[in-house]
Amino acid sequence: MTSRLGGTALTLAYDRRTISEDLTVAVPDRSFTVIIGPNACGKSTLLRALSRMLRPSAGAVLLDGRDIHDLPARTVARTLGLLPQSSIAPDGIGVAELVARGRYPHQGLLRQWSREDERIVDESMAATGVADLADRPVDELSGGQRQRVWIAMALAQQTPLLLLDEPTTYLDIAHQIEILDLCARLHEEQGRTLVAVLHDLNHAARYATHLIAMRDGRVVAAGDPREVVTADLVAEVFGLPCRVIDDPETGTPLVVPAARRRAPEPS
Amino acid sequence: MSARTNGLSTMTVLRTPGGLSVRFRPRALAVGLGAAVLAAGLGLVALGSGDYPMGPTDVLRALTGGGSVAEQFIVTELRLPRLVTALLVGAALALGGAVFQSLVRNPLGSPDILGFTQGASTGALVVVVLGGGSLALAGAAVVGGLATGLLIYALAWRRGVHGYRLVLVGIGVAAILTGVNGYLLTRAPLMDAARAVLWLTGSLDGRGWANAGPLLAVTAVLAPLVLVGCAPALRMMELGDDTASALGVPLRRLRLVLLASAVLLVSFAAAAAGPVSFVALVAPHVAKRLTRAPGPNLLPSMALGAALLVGADLLAQRAFPGHQLPVGVVTGVLGGGYLVWLLAVERRAGRL
Repeated sequence: MTSRLGGTALTLAYDRRTISEDLTVAVPDRSFTVIIGPNACGKSTLLRALSRMLRPSAGAVLLDGRDIHDLPARTVARTLGLLPQSSIAPDGIGVAELVARGRYPHQGLLRQWSREDERIVDESMAATGVADLADRPVDELSGGQRQRVWIAMALAQQTPLLLLDEPTTYLDIAHQIEILDLCARLHEEQGRTLVAVLHDLNHAARYATHLIAMRDGRVVAAGDPREVVTADLVAEVFGLPCRVIDDPETGTPLVVPAARRRAPEPS
Repeated sequence: MSARTNGLSTMTVLRTPGGLSVRFRPRALAVGLGAAVLAAGLGLVALGSGDYPMGPTDVLRALTGGGSVAEQFIVTELRLPRLVTALLVGAALALGGAVFQSLVRNPLGSPDILGFTQGASTGALVVVVLGGGSLALAGAAVVGGLATGLLIYALAWRRGVHGYRLVLVGIGVAAILTGVNGYLLTRAPLMDAARAVLWLTGSLDGRGWANAGPLLAVTAVLAPLVLVGCAPALRMMELGDDTASALGVPLRRLRLVLLASAVLLVSFAAAAAGPVSFVALVAPHVAKRLTRAPGPNLLPSMALGAALLVGADLLAQRAFPGHQLPVGVVTGVLGGGYLVWLLAVERRAGRL
């Protein structure tokens, strides 16, 4: 397994609150890696470290063999894209214009808008199905449409690696699946390496090609979801008794939480 | 060279065969140019008006080295320094204000609200109380503004910045400094206090090249740095820290450069003309509403700030014959009134 992005012996902390110690992870190239775990397990913190937003207090995040903090911000931005949890759409900005901002790391003072920029923005909007919305103001869009626009912006950055921090949060189930299908398509058709933090274990098991399960800042298990997702692991990571069956649609593991044991009915 | 609009219908692209490309918004360009022309026109009127009225052609002739010696003296020595000071103060305050508002992502993030102008005033008032010439006063205003900038940076900016945190810290610092300023005013001898109040209102009376010079130098260095070097990255910062960082914006360094530039611009503007109220707050808003463009709108803001201050100074000198107002009074009334009017009109039109 080759890996362009990973972290070795990471200590991750905010101020004096340590989230992870001696954490080592590797993102397999061309994988759709999904990081799962209960709330506050450190999965988003790990994603922040991998995307250069958080500087590890010890250890190093390596991108193509070099410490990511030794690389210029712009170089990293041409290799690694990020869809953060919270982004702000400036007042009155249009869809095409927002997507075009993804070209920033490729532009310069006298190279503000090349034909290539234009082509890539058009392709990114087409790939995410927002081409018809190009001239619409972003504030008028629904949550699902808006998320696709942000993904289009990240795509326009044209990075071989794309990190997504809980891309399905706040979306209804249909839009969650729509976004995940889009991610799977980007992974399969464009050969990009995707790393996503997801909340829903069943989504993770269905879409991931590589799963990283975390708890209390540690990696509990990592590997193919078919091998990793077991009733024991779910009990260990989430503290949830469950059964794991085959997903009737895809054959991937499907976690079915155990039913609450009712008290015997008084006879 | 080819020009066309693309799917981004509000933008125009110019491309050269060599692969260079420039993109701009025609509407924003028109607003900026319109404001610059307005400022120039008002400036021409200002140069021609006064106790010795002159027509625009006479003014232009005197400016280009023609006309009588008296006319040349009146235009280039008496009136031009005041006009140049007005243009620069307006442009510097507007640019500083636009940078602040964009940096803290808050429409109230202007130097008047955040305490920088109060800090400059404190510096100036200390000189008034201790005694000192106008050069010392200007220097103290710069020092006061910079010290306030450092203080707020230290208090609000230690671990990444939060727009709200900076605004709240700034409001607190502004309140403290307003109290200090009041105290200093009560301590000053009556004559000096009257002079200080005039300075605090913001005035361009008797401004000469000595006032315009330092501000000109600072603006000549910082405006290109901000407009060319930082504006594209500042536009990305509007998308939020995380997204901007993911796009390769070096947040920490950029913030430091922009904050320092804005504080310097505002402090030197205050040193030249006193803390002229409201230009820094209002010019970027007006620019945004006229250009209808997202982004910090730095260049249109600057041009509008310059036009606003020159127009306000003209009114201040001529509105009441025989009685001159300090320009700060007019910028407050004019700028504030225009902003309220714009907001009221747009609210009726169904936008914020």
